[in-house]
Amino acid sequence: MNKSQLPPATTGGLLSSPRNRAIIFQCLALLAVVACAFYFTSNMFDNIEKRGITTGFSFLGETAGFGVSQSLIAYDDTTSTFLDVFIVGILNTLLVGVIGIICASVFGLLIGIGRLSSNFIVAKLSLVYIETFRNIPILLQILFWYNIVLAALPGPRQSFSYFESIFLNNRGLLLPEPIFQSGSIFILIAFVIACTAVIFLTRWAKKRHDQTGEEFPLIKVSLAILIVSPLLAYFVTGQPITAEYPALKGFNFQGGLAIIPEFLALTFALSIYTATYIAEAVRAGIEAVASGQKEAAESLGLKKHVILRKVVLPQALRVIIPPVINQYLNLVKNSSLATAIGYPEIVTLFSGTTLNQVGQAIEIIMMTMAVYLTFSIVISLLLNWVNAKMEIKGR
Amino acid sequence: MKVTKIALLLGAAALVPSLASASTLEEVVKKGDINCGISTGIAGFSSTDSKGVWEGLDVDFCKSVAAAVFGDASKVKYIPLTAKERFTALQSGEIDVLSRATTWTATRDTSLGLNFAGVNYYDGQGFLVNKKLGISSAKELSGATFCIQAGTTSELNLTDYFQSNNMEYRAVTYDTSGQTVNGFKSGRCDVITSDASQLYGLKLKLDDPDSAIVLPEIISKEPLGPVVRQGDDEWFNIVRWTMFATLEAEELGVSSANVDAMLKSENPSIMRLLGKSGTAGENLGLKGDWVYQIVKQVGNYGEMFDKNVGKDSPLNIDRGLNKLWNQGGLMYSMPIR
Repeated sequence: MNKSQLPPATTGGLLSSPRNRAIIFQCLALLAVVACAFYFTSNMFDNIEKRGITTGFSFLGETAGFGVSQSLIAYDDTTSTFLDVFIVGILNTLLVGVIGIICASVFGLLIGIGRLSSNFIVAKLSLVYIETFRNIPILLQILFWYNIVLAALPGPRQSFSYFESIFLNNRGLLLPEPIFQSGSIFILIAFVIACTAVIFLTRWAKKRHDQTGEEFPLIKVSLAILIVSPLLAYFVTGQPITAEYPALKGFNFQGGLAIIPEFLALTFALSIYTATYIAEAVRAGIEAVASGQKEAAESLGLKKHVILRKVVLPQALRVIIPPVINQYLNLVKNSSLATAIGYPEIVTLFSGTTLNQVGQAIEIIMMTMAVYLTFSIVISLLLNWVNAKMEIKGR
Repeated sequence: MKVTKIALLLGAAALVPSLASASTLEEVVKKGDINCGISTGIAGFSSTDSKGVWEGLDVDFCKSVAAAVFGDASKVKYIPLTAKERFTALQSGEIDVLSRATTWTATRDTSLGLNFAGVNYYDGQGFLVNKKLGISSAKELSGATFCIQAGTTSELNLTDYFQSNNMEYRAVTYDTSGQTVNGFKSGRCDVITSDASQLYGLKLKLDDPDSAIVLPEIISKEPLGPVVRQGDDEWFNIVRWTMFATLEAEELGVSSANVDAMLKSENPSIMRLLGKSGTAGENLGLKGDWVYQIVKQVGNYGEMFDKNVGKDSPLNIDRGLNKLWNQGGLMYSMPIR
């Protein structure tokens, strides 16, 4: 603020000047907040010390000593520490968050468009879907899907089997695990080259379209490049990727990739639930696009799906993105309800099991809150950046 | 939600100045009942009957403390807690005593700001498996999937046992024992592991209790007992001696049926126990008839055991280690004199 904008300092005493008063009141308010915070924290630590409760973060280095049903990093029950448990929890939360957000977005977009479809059945089915799943509490849905999933699936010995390599039973979905041998790096290189080629192709196609108005079948050609070049590399280098197949041994299947039913139920429930809100945001966005835009596009002779993709959705996105940010945040936060079905994410593992084994509630709850705060801020920042990109730019 | 609850409790702990200095006995007397932390449902220890009334060995202990303090066993407010919530609830003052099949371990006793008042049930960890698997020993369990309750000593013992026997296992951890049984019923896991006493209760919850067996191996020591907050010796004494009194009453043959007649007994130990001589009750800050009230309204330890988990209950657990010391068990009351 410019000094001249402040109220003029008068000479008649310190407090008679509105400017001085404003500064003094602000200082007092700040002091009161700091004093309150200091009083609460010191009082809390005072009480904790009186009770003889251990404090500090040294517990993170101790051996955890309990089993975890899903871990994205190497986790060993007998040697891994509570810090490892913390990381396992964060990664499992992230996994549900990322997969859930992708599924919910795709599903929400389709349902949202379907809700406005001129096809009566599609529109009404979308409406029924939205109204049903939006109005049932998410916890009930998680429990429902978990119990349905488990009740419907057979035991390991009676697994559903597909091509003798994919198995589905009440211990989870078992897939062949790819094993990368030497030479598989060339496949990755081929894929990176293909991606670069597609980027250049896109630019070239856009330029050509701007200059000549001719359409280039960009999607089909890009897909072909992306699939064919790694495949070629795969065969040229002598098929360096093999797979380890799950096999029934003893109590259960050994080897392969196992996706546990808790993960399936949780991700499914969260996606289904969040998709209803995203669908409504999509509908609101599309309805907000002036109908003149569509009519103008139609009068140019554009096909319906081209109108949707190139005229309606880009404008609708400006309305859609802000509410969708909230839904992404909700999805990540709702994943903590996993504690009801035993999926090992951060709340279940860290502020649940770990808290009970070491008893240091304050440190553990603060760390867990910090994790969710970080997730939420990162998601907001990312999408706000996208939102800024999408805004109408003045020329 | 649990996190919210814990955060609230912590918030409360931060706001209320110096909780530790207030006497638990004074507070309990002021509010007129005891907040007793129990399980959300472990058959025989704390579960609800068909009318929704809490019953079980742990519940009877809550009643005993109320009878000692108020002379009225009904002045208890039961707070059902999951294994994960129990210690925070006690630390923050939400409950006055935790009577919830809790294992006495060094970590819990020394780092949580809590004190174990004694052992009212000697237990050990066992395994419950489906008969269909055709397994007769825990040594055959390598590669099996286990349903466990989160935040228990069972979780830790299982790792130790499988490591020392060079076996592998997978764990699915649930919040409540109800969820654990459901996981077992639906086939999510092959085995439930928990304290042996609880396994008999869980077995009864199965659709066909005869379809499962408890394996003979006991892999750990699980001394279960009531817990109080550290730093209030008066309250700690009341809880500890309430437990001893129920044992002493059984040893002296004083039961709810004969306690009125026993008031006329000339036996000096019985006279001291029932407050006819000595000042045991007054020294605790209670009335002289505190043991009379416990035994009259709740019973002695043997009665509680038989009624809730022993021969008069559907669980029908052998008293084993929980017999009195002079009958070959570990239950030993320090002398009340």
